[in-house]
Amino acid sequence: MLEEQLVQLLSPEGERVTHAQYPTTLNTDEIIALYRDMVIVRRLCNESTSLQRQGQLALWAPLQGQEAAQIGAGRALRTRDFSFPSYREHGVAWCRGISPAEILRLFRQVSHGGWDPQKYRHSVPTIVIGNQALNAVGYAMGVQRDGADEATMVFFGDGATSQGDVNEAFVWAAAFNAPVVFFVQNNQWAISEPTVRQSRIPLYRRAEGFGFPGIRVDGNDVLAVYEVASAALQLAREGGGPTLIEAYTYRMGAHTTSDDPTRYRFDADVEAWKHRDPIERVKAYLVRTQHITAAALTAINEEADVLAMELREAVLAMDGPDPLSIFDHVYADQHPLIDAGRQEMIDLGLGGVR
Amino acid sequence: MTAMTMAKALNEGLRHALDADPKVLLLGEDIGKLGGVFRITDGLQKDFGEDRVIDAPLGESGIVGTAVGLAMRGYRPVCEIQFDGFVYPAFDQIVSQVAKLRARSSGSFTMGLVIRIPFGGGIGAIEHHSESPEAYFAHTSGLRVVSPSTPDDAYWMIQEAIRHDDPIIFCEPKCRYWEKGEVDVTASTHGLFDAVVRRLGEDVTIVTYGPSVHTALRAAQAAAGEGISLEVIDARSLAPLDFPVMMRSLEKTGRLIVVHEAGHNVSISSEIVAQLTESCFYSLRAPALRVTGFNTPYPPSRVEKEYLPSVDRILDAVDRVMGFES
Ligand SMILES: Cc1ncc(C[n+]2csc(CCOP(=O)(O)OP(=O)(O)O)c2C)c(N)n1
Ligand SMILES: [Mg+2]
Repeated sequence: MLEEQLVQLLSPEGERVTHAQYPTTLNTDEIIALYRDMVIVRRLCNESTSLQRQGQLALWAPLQGQEAAQIGAGRALRTRDFSFPSYREHGVAWCRGISPAEILRLFRQVSHGGWDPQKYRHSVPTIVIGNQALNAVGYAMGVQRDGADEATMVFFGDGATSQGDVNEAFVWAAAFNAPVVFFVQNNQWAISEPTVRQSRIPLYRRAEGFGFPGIRVDGNDVLAVYEVASAALQLAREGGGPTLIEAYTYRMGAHTTSDDPTRYRFDADVEAWKHRDPIERVKAYLVRTQHITAAALTAINEEADVLAMELREAVLAMDGPDPLSIFDHVYADQHPLIDAGRQEMIDLGLGGVR
Repeated sequence: MTAMTMAKALNEGLRHALDADPKVLLLGEDIGKLGGVFRITDGLQKDFGEDRVIDAPLGESGIVGTAVGLAMRGYRPVCEIQFDGFVYPAFDQIVSQVAKLRARSSGSFTMGLVIRIPFGGGIGAIEHHSESPEAYFAHTSGLRVVSPSTPDDAYWMIQEAIRHDDPIIFCEPKCRYWEKGEVDVTASTHGLFDAVVRRLGEDVTIVTYGPSVHTALRAAQAAAGEGISLEVIDARSLAPLDFPVMMRSLEKTGRLIVVHEAGHNVSISSEIVAQLTESCFYSLRAPALRVTGFNTPYPPSRVEKEYLPSVDRILDAVDRVMGFES
């Protein structure tokens, strides 16, 4: 039943599946590149979890289980497109060229952002659930008015679909035929609440009521996500308007390092989803078809380990900001409250201590 | 007397409220099986069922907006907002409906609902998890705003707030959730809207509330070592403010310092200083000072120690009011 609704190009066992509407456009090297991305982001995620456990990060929101959804969508974006993450899209950030250390700046709490969103064309994280959906539609309306050949993609979770902002974003995108792709990662959980608390129908079907296409893709199948996301982005660029993509996936880990999922979900469910692991299925495909050698697989793992070590070193070297920097970007120009606060902090001897 | 944490005291207070009145309902994100991210509702859904302890869909406007309807129907909803920074999607419902429905219906509707907000910083959290939004609500006519600072207050104030017929914004100092204190479960000592003198003193009146009460008491301890005696008042109710208690103190000390985590610009301390300057003008021996967060967005938590009012900053202000010569 579920499998019928899903766009899938690679079965959980790694068998190629054909789909009339979405043929694979990727060659072997490109598939290996996606596999490499997924291995790396999972390795970096695990390193981040251990950094948090060791007291080096304030918090960590693991992406484990959602690598295919994030890498498939992230690689479908073109450089000139613009994307809006929530807080778990480390895989998309990686695809946008943001360095792993920059991603961790927020989680080490030396910054509220971490990277230059204009440089990478990837906005800063949004933690207030759903806010960014409307912002993305507005951005897309700007693109539309500029006549630019760009698409906007916005990421949020299943829980976010209950927020007013997200529903208003659907209305606005439809009303103005905005060149935006809504990418919802249905990872089955909003902290402790299952998706059924948010919706009685599959999330992708919400789109129909708003008047634009909705599609459910196997979010653990990187090939399918890539094709579905690419097509929706191209539709947006060509003036075809918004699409809602529901990437059906699973949050393998805790909501964040502060969470205790044993209070609300069964180990058996987690075990069942392990058989749908997004990385294993590409590996199974590549190995069985002999598209990848054992040596190449090892090389990818080693590269991921090196990146993880580099990330660890970069995080340990990441000092807190000068307390005086809190005054730096509150307003565009001079402001008496800021001047007074800065002076007070200096007089109190609290500034410049790091 | 029983020793318990503020988190436990709130949990027990909610349990009593649910027991005492079948119209009491709890609504919030993750408050069921998880017991809320701070475990304040731990075990309550198990004991009172899913109809009374409701895991809400993810939407704060939804939580508060439906609570308004439930209150119109005669229920006493208690909403949990997961963190201070997530109350804003509900702001419209709070300001337009919660605060005004009694007046708009000429007293026909009673908005006997409580909105619990874990607020304030100091827990090393990421953005939107450390804010102090109390002034927005205190500013709004029709709302009452309170903040407990001890487990005993938490235990009693949550029950009194739920029984009260006005809507109450209930600001819980999350950084104090895990501190233990004695709770007298036999009787409450203070009224819900009373300010309380936490420490008697002669030289300077410190008015504060919520998470900063503890900081002010530590400052008073330190000042005592230097021969300066601070009187510490816990405002407890931020709207209305209990001015008579503050006036009695200020008439004695002649010096006022107000401490809170929110920035001072158009804040609770603005109101306290303005009112007390008006009513105690002839008692004042120095200008009133404020020790607060800076007027910036709440910073990354790596620098929150420098942002928040501290013992040192309070003592610095004490030196200034003590050294003032007119
Ligand atoms: C407005 C708002 N309310 C509450 C929260 C607290 N919160 C953080 S994550 C989360 C669940 C989000 O679930 P979902 O949208 O499915 O995203 P996921 O975490 O699964 O990626 C909640 C309730 C928040 N960040 N913002
Ligand atoms: Mg989710």
